[in-house]
Amino acid sequence: MWEAIWHYEFLRNAFVAGILTGFAAPLLGVFIVVRRLSLIADALSHVTLAGIAAGLLLGSLAPAAASWNPLYIGMGFSVVGSLLVEKLRAVYRHYEELAIPIILSSGIGLSVIFISIANGFTTDLFSYLFGSVSAVSRADVWTAVVVAAAAAIVILAFYKELFLLSFDEEYARVSGIRTTLIHFLFIVLVALVIAASMRIVGVLLISSLMTLPVAASIRIAKSFKQAMGLSILFGELAVIAGLWAAYELDWAPGGTIVIVAVVILLFALGWKRGRQR
Amino acid sequence: MENGIAVQIEDVSFRYDKENVLENVSLMVPKGAFLGLVGPNGSGKSTLLKCVLGLLKPNSGRIFLFGEPIESFREWHRIGFVSQKANSFNRSFPATVEEVAASGLAAKRGLFRQLTKEDRRAVEAALAAVGLSGLAKRNIAELSGGQQQRVFIARALASKPDLLILDEPTVGVDARHVHEFYELLGDLNRRGLTLILVTHDIGTITDQVTDIACLNKRLYFHGNAEEFAQLDDEAISQFYGHPLRVLSHEH
Repeated sequence: MWEAIWHYEFLRNAFVAGILTGFAAPLLGVFIVVRRLSLIADALSHVTLAGIAAGLLLGSLAPAAASWNPLYIGMGFSVVGSLLVEKLRAVYRHYEELAIPIILSSGIGLSVIFISIANGFTTDLFSYLFGSVSAVSRADVWTAVVVAAAAAIVILAFYKELFLLSFDEEYARVSGIRTTLIHFLFIVLVALVIAASMRIVGVLLISSLMTLPVAASIRIAKSFKQAMGLSILFGELAVIAGLWAAYELDWAPGGTIVIVAVVILLFALGWKRGRQR
Repeated sequence: MENGIAVQIEDVSFRYDKENVLENVSLMVPKGAFLGLVGPNGSGKSTLLKCVLGLLKPNSGRIFLFGEPIESFREWHRIGFVSQKANSFNRSFPATVEEVAASGLAAKRGLFRQLTKEDRRAVEAALAAVGLSGLAKRNIAELSGGQQQRVFIARALASKPDLLILDEPTVGVDARHVHEFYELLGDLNRRGLTLILVTHDIGTITDQVTDIACLNKRLYFHGNAEEFAQLDDEAISQFYGHPLRVLSHEH
């Protein structure tokens, strides 16, 4: 595979975008998991799908819009979806998890409507659902670069605030931290990372890249920083090994990456059990 | 303007929907005091604390922190807080004692700022003050309830506060650690820290606090511990709303 990467641009694009996704998704995933918001990634990925379907529909209806990257419309939908999740969580303060199925089903509903107007599935949409190595364009790579850099900068800038917000929200508010603003920034970032990761693992599998490496790391890590480091390591391992296996075995890359992440999780669970004996 | 008063509460009232929770409460906590704020469950103690911490806005009345009206007060790092919910944290959270204690510095440090040497020393000193120096690298979930509560005090102390507020801090702490815990608070007070301790259990705090305030929607008593000891049981029962006898704990 390594030789082919030098020869074929589409493979290079997929590899670079994969590395960036393997970094950004678990980096945000740590905060999502410890705040018990794991399903939020699923809700936002389905809203992103609605945006992508809308983009593809626009492209088929108006030739002028055909050159637009539907990913950007997906990103817009994802950000709006993230804000709606927050609004609904505030409305249903005692049933906060309700926001997720509401947004998730709205996303699927819209997607199905847009797909039906466009007269059914297209190959393009299929690649967004499950990820596709050959579909990653240079523009997608640049989008992933910008989004991963934004994720790294925001986490670096607000690490201590996000840590405190995740561990003890009431204390964060008492400390004078602007919890609403920081949470808003974080959730928008999650929406952008989900949309940018869509090409590699696809709508249906992106949340796994945010949660599986973290699920493995928190079984092993003693400290929060260690959990972050291990999550990124496991994320990268899943992406690199998954892309390699997918190339060699001619499997779907998204699914292969996720299954590698599951195998890493099983190793972490086994390792923890072995240590406890 | 800053004076010798840490907290000044003037005629504060608060309502949840139509129910009066606080009625015209006025209270002053001088610097260096250790105030025990006592009252039965549902007496408005936690609500009053939330007003002082800026988490709730009173319907009427004013609050001053270190001489500054609460609306314009910005030096929140001068106030440490230990919540009654602190001990109900997510026990699977992968954090060390040191990381939790250092999180108390979040408001004091600016964006992008990592722990400085001075910050690390402040965290070490805070952990030493609560007797947890040797446990800094341990996962917080591995500690006993009493030790965990000490970590939360260390977190509040890390920013070197002038005022420490504790809301029912011994909830979930086993009885044999409660006495040790109050001794630690008494010791911190003798070293100059102003403390406000909220509890529904009068008997456990009378030998540590310097002042006592009895609250049941309105303030029934505010005086020093000696004056409180002279109150007869009838007076105390009146504000508790039912017959009550105060027993000091023998340790």
